[in-house]
Amino acid sequence: MVRIGVVLFPGSNRDIDAVNALRVAGAEPVVLWHESADLQGVDGIVLPGGFAYGDYLRAGVIARFSPVMQAVAAFADGGGHVLGICNGFQVLTEARLLPGALLRNRSLRFVSREIAIMAERLDSPFTRAIDARRPLRMPVAHGEGCYYADADALDTLEAAGGVLFRYVHLDGSVAGGEEDRANPNGSLRAIAGVTNAAGNVAGLMPHPETAVETVLGTDDGLGIVRSLVDSAAERAHGDRPVVVTIGAR
Amino acid sequence: MSTATAFRYAVNVTPKNGILDPQGRAVEGSLPHLGVTGVSAIRVGRRVELTVDAPSEAAARTLVERLAGELLSNPLIETFAIELLGELSAATSPAGDGVPA
Repeated sequence: MVRIGVVLFPGSNRDIDAVNALRVAGAEPVVLWHESADLQGVDGIVLPGGFAYGDYLRAGVIARFSPVMQAVAAFADGGGHVLGICNGFQVLTEARLLPGALLRNRSLRFVSREIAIMAERLDSPFTRAIDARRPLRMPVAHGEGCYYADADALDTLEAAGGVLFRYVHLDGSVAGGEEDRANPNGSLRAIAGVTNAAGNVAGLMPHPETAVETVLGTDDGLGIVRSLVDSAAERAHGDRPVVVTIGAR
Repeated sequence: MSTATAFRYAVNVTPKNGILDPQGRAVEGSLPHLGVTGVSAIRVGRRVELTVDAPSEAAARTLVERLAGELLSNPLIETFAIELLGELSAATSPAGDGVPA
């Protein structure tokens, strides 16, 4: 069974949800403590939501310098799959493993409700198990989720296929700016999730891991978790390797 | 006279020009309630003060610049300015939090 690490920082609070989602997706979750650089031979990694180190200074920045993140960075450099969810996304941008930054929500309000996102592409390691390009309903719960990069960086990211998810209306049309309720934080170009140039690290602000069973109201997030599990399994067992060519959609 | 062995700095971190600062906007939005006009372009940042043990101010500043760029600010969205607040000599170094008198 494929083993996926869930990093536990002081202040993580969605780790149990990530553990549950990985089980639902057929993986064996392995909790990784932030003070240890030993990844215990996991095949993939989830950085869960929460408020790592209290989000002091800037969300994610203190976590960046923890022993486990040094190991996660090396794992990512070696091609390992890493998915950051919410606070985990913030940690990955602060660690420069993903482009851009997450600013305070433009409304200045913490937003906790259900939204919809749509995958831009279904050929990435983090979206391959999603059944179709359709609106996926799942919750957001964050105060600092406004995706930002300068215009040139955004153009480069878009051209390279680095935008993985956008906030959308339920009819599938892309959300507008901060005045549009479908864009919960005012993210530029309604970007909800991105991937790196190599395609093996991704992050998103919404919570697919709390949307994996219909009893929770929606299981639209399961495709994302299952994508990570499938990609990590393939890489671990060497069967049917998926070559992801960023830039050729 | 004794040689300074510690230096007290402030690092002032502010949002880069062009980055929307919703906190600054919110503060600005409150001005009419105070009956204030003619105040604009409010930017809200943070100030970090720290004491560095080093043989010289140049050595101390090099370290502060590194910390400011790697940890205290995110160069994608913020700029910083370093301000020397004071020097502490070995003879007068207080046992407290290192804040110069």
